[in-house]
Amino acid sequence: MNMPKNPSFLTSRLNEAIGWARKYSIFQYPFVTACCGMEYMATACSHYDVDRFGAGFPRFSPRQADVLFVVGTISHKMAPVLKRIHDQMAEPKWVVAFGVCTCTGGFYDNYATVMGIDTIMPVDVYIPGCPPRPEMVLDGLMKLQNKIQAQHTTGERPASEVRPAILES
Amino acid sequence: MNNSSLIESVTARFPGAVKASHAWRGDATMVLRGEFLLEVARYLKEDPALQMNFLMDLSAVDYSTFGKKPAPAFFASSGVALKPSSQIPDEDPWPGPPDRSRFAVVYHFFSMAHKHRLRLVVPVEEAPDGTVEGTVGRVDSLTDLWPGANWLEREVWDMFGIGFRGHPDLKRILMYEGFEGHPLRKDYPVNKRQPLIGPVN
Repeated sequence: MNMPKNPSFLTSRLNEAIGWARKYSIFQYPFVTACCGMEYMATACSHYDVDRFGAGFPRFSPRQADVLFVVGTISHKMAPVLKRIHDQMAEPKWVVAFGVCTCTGGFYDNYATVMGIDTIMPVDVYIPGCPPRPEMVLDGLMKLQNKIQAQHTTGERPASEVRPAILES
Repeated sequence: MNNSSLIESVTARFPGAVKASHAWRGDATMVLRGEFLLEVARYLKEDPALQMNFLMDLSAVDYSTFGKKPAPAFFASSGVALKPSSQIPDEDPWPGPPDRSRFAVVYHFFSMAHKHRLRLVVPVEEAPDGTVEGTVGRVDSLTDLWPGANWLEREVWDMFGIGFRGHPDLKRILMYEGFEGHPLRKDYPVNKRQPLIGPVN
């Protein structure tokens, strides 16, 4: 949606409403390849209840999904499949890297493993951990919700979070 | 049939086929000449006293760096802590390679009927040009006897580049078509990356 430079009161309210609606109706595509899937299932089940955030409805078709959850190690053989799934999703779409293998490759550094899915597609939220606790997943999901809300209020994707200075030294 | 009588029965039936054997702590192992593999395997499967009807595992070993001191640079990029080379003995530790050959293909058999196990080791020579590849193959395929050997032999081909004579469809199974080299060989560069898409990371 293209936004005018100085949106009026009505359109800005409308976009806030659209962002609010979008962030509470996340249709996710779980691309589950490895052991992180167990933690993903734990998050999805009633104890942690991902449905509280409106994300309890996995769609197993990329054309019906908003968020691509990449859960587990991605090998070079699997990478073109994942890229194709991502290309098949309709805009607006978001990508969550679930687990440290999808974020950076994790403890794999070998001939077979992709060293982080951000080498082949843009990633919105990284959830590290081996595997991440369900609390971390929910935290990542809330960060994604904030991002979705902010995106449609301003009309463009917000810049990535700035790393604290202490981590850069 | 216990371990030593298993070995004895094969040795008596095929004199000259068994290069070496041991039955230490309950695992009967025979090092076999490659040209006898099919005959011995058929005997193991079809003899009523043996009935090795289950091929549990089929894999291979690359002995090219066995017992040698690793170069310090080998693990330098991976962050793996390395023993000082003074602590690593020069001579091969027991049991050592079965042969002077570079590779060995290892078969594990089990008999559902008699509950006994046997391990066969077949040394595979490296060709003079430094390869063991090729459509002809260096080892006889066991797919006619145990259909389950099909994918296991494809995996050995994929990871080690050892060809199997008579295999119906010998192609890569874990790596993709177009992958160069065989990654479990000891001379495959530890840092070599060949992704299908994306940057070389």
